[in-house]
Formats: sequence, C-alpha cells, structure tokens
Amino acid sequence: MSDIKLTIDGKVVSVPMGSTVLEAARKVDVHIPTLCHLDLHDTKMVNQAASCRICVVEIDGRRNLAPSCATPALDGMVIKTNTIRVLDARKTVLELLLSDHPKECLTCAKSGECELQGLAESFGVREINITGKAQSTYRKDVTTSLIRDMDKCVMCRRCETMCNKVQTVGALSAINRGFEAVVSAAFDLPMGETVCTHCGQCVAVCPTGALTENDATWKVVEALADPEKVVVVQTAPAVRVAIGEEFGQDPGTTVTGQMVTALRNLGFDHVFDTDFAADLTILEEGTELLQRLGKFLAGEKEALPILTSCCPAWVNFIESQFPELIHIPSTAKSPQQMFGSIAKSYYADILDIPREKMVVVSIMPCLAKKYEASREEFAVNGNSDVDLVLSTRELANLIQRSNMNLMDLEKSEFDQPMGASTGAAVIFGTTGGVIEAAVRTAYEVHTGKELPKIDFEELRGFEGVRVAGVDMDGFMLNIGIAHGLGNARALLEEVRDGNPRNIHAIEVMACPGGCIGGAGQPFHHGDGSILKKRQSAIYQVDREMPIRKSHENPAITELYEKYLGKPCGHLSHQLLHTEYAVKDKV
Amino acid sequence: MANYNTHVLVCGGTGCISAESDLIIENIEKQLVEEGMADSVQVLKTGCFGFCEKGPIVKILPDNTFYVQVTPDDATELVKEHIVKGRKVERLLFTDPETKEKVSDSKNMDFYKKQLRIALRNCGIIDPDKIEDYIARDGYSALGKVLTEMTQDELIDIMKASGLRGRGGGGFPTGLKWNFAKGYASDQKYVICNADEGDPGAFMDRSILEGDPHSIVEAMAINGYAIGATIGKVYIRAEYPLAIKRLEKAIDDAREYGLLGEDIMGTGFNFDIDLTYGAGAFVCGEETALIHSMEGERGEPTTKPPFPAESGYWGKPTNVNNVETFANVPVIILKGADWFASIGSEKSKGTKVFALAGKINNVGLIEVPMGTTLREVIYDIGGGIKDGKKFKSVQTGGPSGGCLTAKDLDTPIDYDNLIAKGSMMGSGGMIVMDEDDCMVSVAKFYLQFTEEESCGKCTPCRVGTKRLSELLELITEGKGEMKHLDELKHLSRVIKDTALCGLGQTAPNPVLSTMEAFADEYLAHIKDGKCPAGQCKNLLEYKVLEDKCIGCTACARVCPVNCISGEVKKLHVIDQSACIKCGACMDKCKFDAIIKQ
Repeated sequence: MSDIKLTIDGKVVSVPMGSTVLEAARKVDVHIPTLCHLDLHDTKMVNQAASCRICVVEIDGRRNLAPSCATPALDGMVIKTNTIRVLDARKTVLELLLSDHPKECLTCAKSGECELQGLAESFGVREINITGKAQSTYRKDVTTSLIRDMDKCVMCRRCETMCNKVQTVGALSAINRGFEAVVSAAFDLPMGETVCTHCGQCVAVCPTGALTENDATWKVVEALADPEKVVVVQTAPAVRVAIGEEFGQDPGTTVTGQMVTALRNLGFDHVFDTDFAADLTILEEGTELLQRLGKFLAGEKEALPILTSCCPAWVNFIESQFPELIHIPSTAKSPQQMFGSIAKSYYADILDIPREKMVVVSIMPCLAKKYEASREEFAVNGNSDVDLVLSTRELANLIQRSNMNLMDLEKSEFDQPMGASTGAAVIFGTTGGVIEAAVRTAYEVHTGKELPKIDFEELRGFEGVRVAGVDMDGFMLNIGIAHGLGNARALLEEVRDGNPRNIHAIEVMACPGGCIGGAGQPFHHGDGSILKKRQSAIYQVDREMPIRKSHENPAITELYEKYLGKPCGHLSHQLLHTEYAVKDKV
Repeated sequence: MANYNTHVLVCGGTGCISAESDLIIENIEKQLVEEGMADSVQVLKTGCFGFCEKGPIVKILPDNTFYVQVTPDDATELVKEHIVKGRKVERLLFTDPETKEKVSDSKNMDFYKKQLRIALRNCGIIDPDKIEDYIARDGYSALGKVLTEMTQDELIDIMKASGLRGRGGGGFPTGLKWNFAKGYASDQKYVICNADEGDPGAFMDRSILEGDPHSIVEAMAINGYAIGATIGKVYIRAEYPLAIKRLEKAIDDAREYGLLGEDIMGTGFNFDIDLTYGAGAFVCGEETALIHSMEGERGEPTTKPPFPAESGYWGKPTNVNNVETFANVPVIILKGADWFASIGSEKSKGTKVFALAGKINNVGLIEVPMGTTLREVIYDIGGGIKDGKKFKSVQTGGPSGGCLTAKDLDTPIDYDNLIAKGSMMGSGGMIVMDEDDCMVSVAKFYLQFTEEESCGKCTPCRVGTKRLSELLELITEGKGEMKHLDELKHLSRVIKDTALCGLGQTAPNPVLSTMEAFADEYLAHIKDGKCPAGQCKNLLEYKVLEDKCIGCTACARVCPVNCISGEVKKLHVIDQSACIKCGACMDKCKFDAIIKQ
C-alpha cells in the first residue's frame, strides 16, 4: 500500500494508506488519549465505535472535531491534537461522562486500574462542572463469575465487540435509547440466563468497573481463618507467568517459587499444583483419544474428531451453540475439576479427613472456572469438589492485602504428592499446549516408541485457527487448534459441515492466546504483546522441567497404582469424567 | 367503456381519511348511481391536496371547483346541485378570509397562488392506486427515456446540472452523490429510498408516497440505472400504513407492467424494489443508522467516512436519497436540467415542500419555489397567524433547526440563507409560533425530543442533550441562574463539535438560536422570575382583581384543589402555595376578575 504523508502537531508523519489518524499520531509519539478505542492486534479485537469522543482532534478544513481512532489518515492532512478547542472539548466530554458516573472510586473493584479514573486524573479534573439530576440506575447483575454494574458503563461497547465480533457468543448488545441506553443481554435478562459462556473477556476489556469478576477473596480469608478446615490450594499453569505483573515485573516473568511461598504464608495447609491434575487429564483424555482413534481406524468414522474439554467457557459454548456436536468433546473433566475430585477423595483419605472438612481453593487465570466449580455435577451431596476460585488478580490482591511483596519472598516448592508435574502440564496454559501435551503421551503409548523430539513446533503459534498434521509413526493425526470462541466457531462449523480437512483432534481455548489471556489475568490495557510474552515464558518453564511427558509423572503413576487403577477405568469414570447437556438459551 | 365528462377528486390522504373521506366517496358514488350518472362521472380517491386545514377536500373537474370541509352528509347535495344541476354549492366553497368572498377555483385561492407543485405534481390529481393514471401524466416516460437514450454519465450530468440538492435535510447535491456511488466498482450496488420521516409535525414524504407512489418507484429505477444498482430498498416507517399499502401496490403494478423486474422495457436493465419497515426511531433517518437498521443491527450511526457510496448496505456501494428528492427526478429528466435550474435561488434550485403547522391559519402541505420569502409562506399562503395574534417566530428544520424571528420574514428561503440565520432547511417542517409561545419552552421541547431520540451511542448526545434539557428545565421552573446561560452555550458548542452524527451535531441548534434571538426572554425567566409568554407554570401567578371580583364563587367551585377561598359576594383569594396553575378559575370567571401574570 502506498504511504501517505500528514502533519500532526507540526510533525510530518508517513503512514500506510488505511491507517487511522490515531495510529499516525502514535507513530510520532503524539499520545492522544482514548477511552472506547481498543485494538489487540493479534486477536480480532478491534473496537472502533468512536463513541466516547475523547480522542477528538482538529483537522484543518473540517467543520467539527474528528475522532482520531476512526478517522482515516489522508494525504496532506494538517492535524492539531492539543489546541484549546480540542482540550476543552475533551474535558467537557469527560465531565459529561463523569456527571453520569457513580463517584464511588473508594469501593470500586476497578479503582487504580480504571481507565476513566486515569483520564480524570490526567485531565486534572478537580471538580465536575457539569452536573445533572439524572443518574443512570440499573439492576446489578451478579453471576458466579462476574458482576455487571451498568451504572458504571460508559457505553464504550468494547464488551459488546468482544462478545459478538470476537467470541461470537452474542450475549451482549446495546438496549434502550438516549440517556437510558446501556449494554445488556437480550430482553435485559440476567447474564446467568443467557448464552453467556462466562469466558469473562468482557471483563478483560471493560475500561471501568462496570464489568468485574465476582470477588471471592474474603471468603478465602474466612476459610483460612477457620481452624476446623483443611485448606488446599491449586494454581493453574498460566498464573505463574502473569502474577508477577501485578508486582511490577515485566510481562513474561515466571514467579512460581515466590507464589508458592506466598500461598504458604497466607496460611494454605497444602500448596498444590493444577499441573498435577493436568498430567492426570492427559492420561485420561489421551487414553480416550487413543480408544476413539482405535475405533476410528477400525472403521467407526464418527468416533473422531475428539475435542478437548479443559476450558469451561468452551464447554458452555458448545452446550449452547452446537447442540449437534455435543457428543464429540472428550468426557474428561478439566484439570481444575480433576484436582478437586482427587483432593476430596484420594488425598482426603490420605489425610484421613471427611471431604466436608476440606476446602479446595483454585487460583485460576480464568473467570469461567468460578462458574465451572459451581456446576451441580461437580459436587458430592452438595459439597463441591472445588469450593472457591480466585483469579490471578484476586490472588495478587490478597497477597498485597496480607502485607507481602511477592518479589521479596524466597522461592519454595509445591507440596507433595499433588504438587508434582511435568513440562507437558505447564503448557496447558497456552493455546496449542493441551493438544501438544496429549500428543507427547499419545504418540509414545500408541507407537510404543520414544518421541524423537519433544517440542511440536507445528502446534505452536498465535494464529487464531491452526491445523497441523502429526506423524504417529505412519498415521497422520490431523490436529486443529483454535483460540478465541469466534475462531472456535469457524473451526467447528468446518467440522460440522463435512470436515474437509479430516481433522481428528481439536483443541479449543476460549480466550485469546489461551489461558495466558484469560479474563482473570492482570489487565493488558490494550497491549496485546503481553500475551506473547506470557506464552514464551510458559514454553521456557516447559523446557526447564526435568520431566516433560505426563505419563512419566511419578506421582500420577503412584495415583493410578494406589488408587485409580488404570486410565479410563471404573473409578476414573466415576471421579474424572463427566457428561454434557444441551442448553437452550438466548 | 365509460366516457367520463366529469371527475370528482376526493382527498385520500391520511388526514382526510380520518375525517371520513372514504364515506364521502361511497355516498357520492351511491348518489351518482341513483342519478344514473355513474358512467359519466368518475370519482377518484387522490393523494393529499395540501390544504389540510380545510379538509376533507372535494374537487370537481373540469371546472376546478374546490370544496372544503365536506362531510359525508354533503355528498347528496354535491351530486344533486353541482353535478346534476350545474350549480355550485356555495356553502362548501372556500371563503377568502380577507375579502370574505367565496372562491370556487383553487387557482384563485391565496393558498395555491404562490405555490409551484413539482414534487407534489400528481398529489390530489391522480388516483395513486392506478398505474394508468400515473402513466397518463407522463409516468415512466422518464425511465424509458433514460434507459433508451442516455448513458449513465449523461444522466448523472443532467442531475448535476439541475442543481437538485437532497431534500431530507442535508442539502447535498444529488448528482454528485449519484456520481460517487457510480464511481465505486462492485458486484452489487443498492439504491435506498429514505422514507423514515421523523421530524415532529412533518408529513411531506408521507403525502408523496400516499399521493404519487409511482414517482418514487420510477425515480429509484432511474437512480439504479445511474449508479449500476439492480436492487432498490425503501426504508419506511411502519407508522405509515397507507403509504406502505399504496407503495406496495405501485411496486406490484410496475412489476406487472414490466417497469420493474427483469429486462425493463426490453432494454436489458434489471431493477426491483422491496420495503423494509422502520420501527419509529428518529435517528434511523440518518443514513448510516438507517442502513444498520436495515441489516438487522441496532439503528445507530457510524462514523463517516466510509460514506454509503463506498460502503453502505451490506458493505456495498449504496445511494440513499429521501422521498422528496426522488419525487423531483422524473420531471427533471422530462423537462430538462435547465428548466429545473431556472426555478429557485442561485444555489438552491427547484422547489421545497413544507409542512406548515403551529399557530397559522392554513395548516397544511405546501410547495414553493426556493427563494420564496418566509413572509409569503406565512402570510400569503399560510393566511397569517391564528386568531389575529402577533407573529413571534417560525421554527424550521425540525429538531435540528432553529427559530427565526420577525426580522427574518423577508429572507428568501433556501439552504444557505437558513443556515446563515442559524437554522436549516431540514426536511421541511415549519412550525409557526405566536406571542403566546415561550421560546425557552420551545427550546426545551426540541431538546427533550432529541434527548429521547438519541441512540445513546456517543457521549455528547447521550449525556449532553440530557444535561442541556435539564438546564432548560431549571430555567423554565424559575430555578435558573445566570451561569446556566454560559453553561448552555458552552455545552452546546462542544456537542456541535464532538457528536458523532447529524442528530447530535445539530441538537443544540434550537437552544442556540433561541438564546440568540430571544435573549431577553431567557433573562426574564432568570432575572425577573417571569415567563413573558405566560407559559411556564412555575413562573405564573393567578390573581383575583379586587375591583372586578363580585364574589360569585364560580372560581372557588371549579378549582380542582380547593385553593380559592372567599365568602359569597366578597372578594375571593387564591392560595398561591396550593395553586397548581391549571387556569380553570380564569376560564370560568365571567367578569375578567382573574388574571395571569
């Protein structure tokens, strides 16, 4: 594309045709403030609603001010971004927003991370000159995963773009008109009654406190303080490469050892690793894959493809959006639920305590895990396998609340036996990781040979949909990978409509980049490069592990020998597998 | 076949139908049968005559007798007297308010004298349900001419040379718009007719669609040829059932006659039209919002560029024109660009249809050449202000427009003059106000309208219009402060500068124009706590005059909140703290003893 030249605040800048004024300005370090705009380049998340009008600029020859985020840069444009007319307009628009925004920053979950608060601060707003009687009042909508407090909505529409365009879930859209306009579900239904998958990506992109996680930190504190309870904690793989960001570390810094110490200091009785359960998942899911592959090779063509089932938002998606494919996901529970199930049976036996005495807490990069833990089928006599779920952000907050700086802590190791894991387990945290871990095991079990090379580079990357073949010693296993539910939809539709590429196994993660981009992770504030750095860190952790194949995890071997018997055996089916139900929702 | 020598035209516009014009037709036809004249007299249900104030209208040809305020009971007399005996029914003729003389030929009525009906050329003349009527008035010959004699560029050149500008409000040159849409290559293009007329009190487009639907069908096909589109869509308000019915009939008939569909007139040109109903959102008149609504999305605008000419309906090049704009197209083709350009003012060519409303004698639909003065419209055509009151202001351009005052009366009406005066042409709403209208309340009315009709997408419109109307509310409630005037001006300026679409950008116009022209009225509300027009209830006081009250107790008995006390034959007193300012006492008092101040 040909380049065009324009002048911004006296600086001449050359950009490719099709660039926006905002992009051109950033190229010459003119940092125009934005609010509704969001562009996560490596995913499909581009919000160009141009609705907030914070980023307006003056363009010579134009009657009114132009939103720089949505105005195409044209050759010869002369733009001013900081005249009194522009600054006054921006401040007035900001004051209009503030005039209809609750002034409860002291108790707002987003305080300190709120982009509206940040703007007010940078604009030096010391009093709000625009006042009005009317203040938006909407019903607070609370689900197990998230809280919608639409009084704080600024109508940036990022959540809507994320839900509809990126995730293609379609749970959110603007309703009502004028001052009453707000983003909500169809018929203003509570989110829990809609097709919402609980992926929480709306929370990940919300600039204000309108969409936040359903915080469980105080419940965890209460459990820890209860002398009657044995509190067990598990931490998901993606948490260790992200939580450092909350303590000033560069994205991609791994802080596993410090995190373990922090958890122990917080008072958890046993600090375990979800990675242990990830290895267990591979044994169950890998065995199921091989069983179904065997049937497939014997001529039962509908035995494949198999879909991974680790991601709870993904499970919700298929239950409500693809009823015709409800039979193809693996029946294996997710690592979180396998952990809870084993902790409250196998480990409770070891401790010789009833399951009711044990509290299982998960630290997850995810908000859908909160919902998953609450699913009725994951409980025994009303006692959930996983009792409480904290997001990465919530754990960071809890550590800070307990007067610790993560980076000052000594490193320490997970407790045994449920703290032992392999490199295959840690890559569960990134797109492509679950299927790579499965293939590492499936290959060796299927062929009886040792893997010539552990790293399956062909399964890695950041493309939304990837398809690659893995040579299983003669049989080419075709693997499809998608991250982001919109990409998953495209892949699933392909499979449903004839499966032309003969895909045998599919991994789906609902969030951009996989769990590293989960909705419970530290806010990326529009910087998509953070996800790639977390991904690199995950693969680095894998490379540094002494054991990198799940079936070689000695603690897992012991679990099967002492307790479960064999993968996909009777007890496994009882404890580690589940079933899915079609959900007819709007 | 019948050979008619007399034609009875009965208005079938929405207004006259609601005043039983259907029954008038039925009764006339019955009477004609009785008189044995059914074969020589044709009764036609036409579109709107425009003179809605005096509806239902019945016009009899060939002598052009114009009967007003006809009722179904008058039908027998009309047939017996006028048609059978050739005697005019004097009592049903229009009375000139000046001379008090009866006027029988509409050509001699002031209401029509200064009008020039181009867009409305067939309204009130043909039966809109009969394609033959339209064809008899040269209908579809423009389409034939275009398809057989012109290239796309020749056609667009004619449109450019005619000087026709968009009648929906923006005033963008139509030929240029068509040229843009033609300029983008695509496998599919669309023509959209914007029939989402939404200004309060406006019914220009409705009347055209009800009275002459084929002119729109023909013009859309011509537009399709010009830009290379084969599909036309009409986005029409679901609240216009009659317009929808007649337009659908017109489309069906045109299709049957080979004037729509495949291979039109054997020229190889394909074009067809269907309808999409709007749900009554004002903002859907904005073309990007309209397109989103048609696509099944929420009807809210998006930033331009890209303009619909580049990326419109389903991302394809699309030309959107308003009904009245389209109505001008076939005539321009037939009579030529020069003819059209000879009408009107320097930069605004042709005519404009206005919906005259408010405190004016002749409420109705009029069409005048561009450049006609407001005075001519209001006094000559409109017959002046109702009840002999004083003219105060005229609001043009709907909620996006502004208020003009007596000093603007001699301003020739065209796009540029109105903008220069702080108002705009808009789609043609014209609301006349007299001395009893409070201009702060007028501004508040329009702001409340835009506030409600805002889609809520951009901050300045969603929150800004709310805050503007709250400020105006304070002033009309007597709680206004001088600083509120500065706040109104400042906020108005920022909203104009930053709102996303035309609705928001023009929303402050009613505030700014009234603040400019009626500054003293704002000051009276704030500084003196008075509403000079006596409209703002909170600033009013009803008072019993001591020297006039005879103590009849009528006022006390009618007061709904019992706040008037006084003994029989003694002075009555109103308790101001309890008074709800309903005015019932003042209406009731036979002695003019109660005043409002």
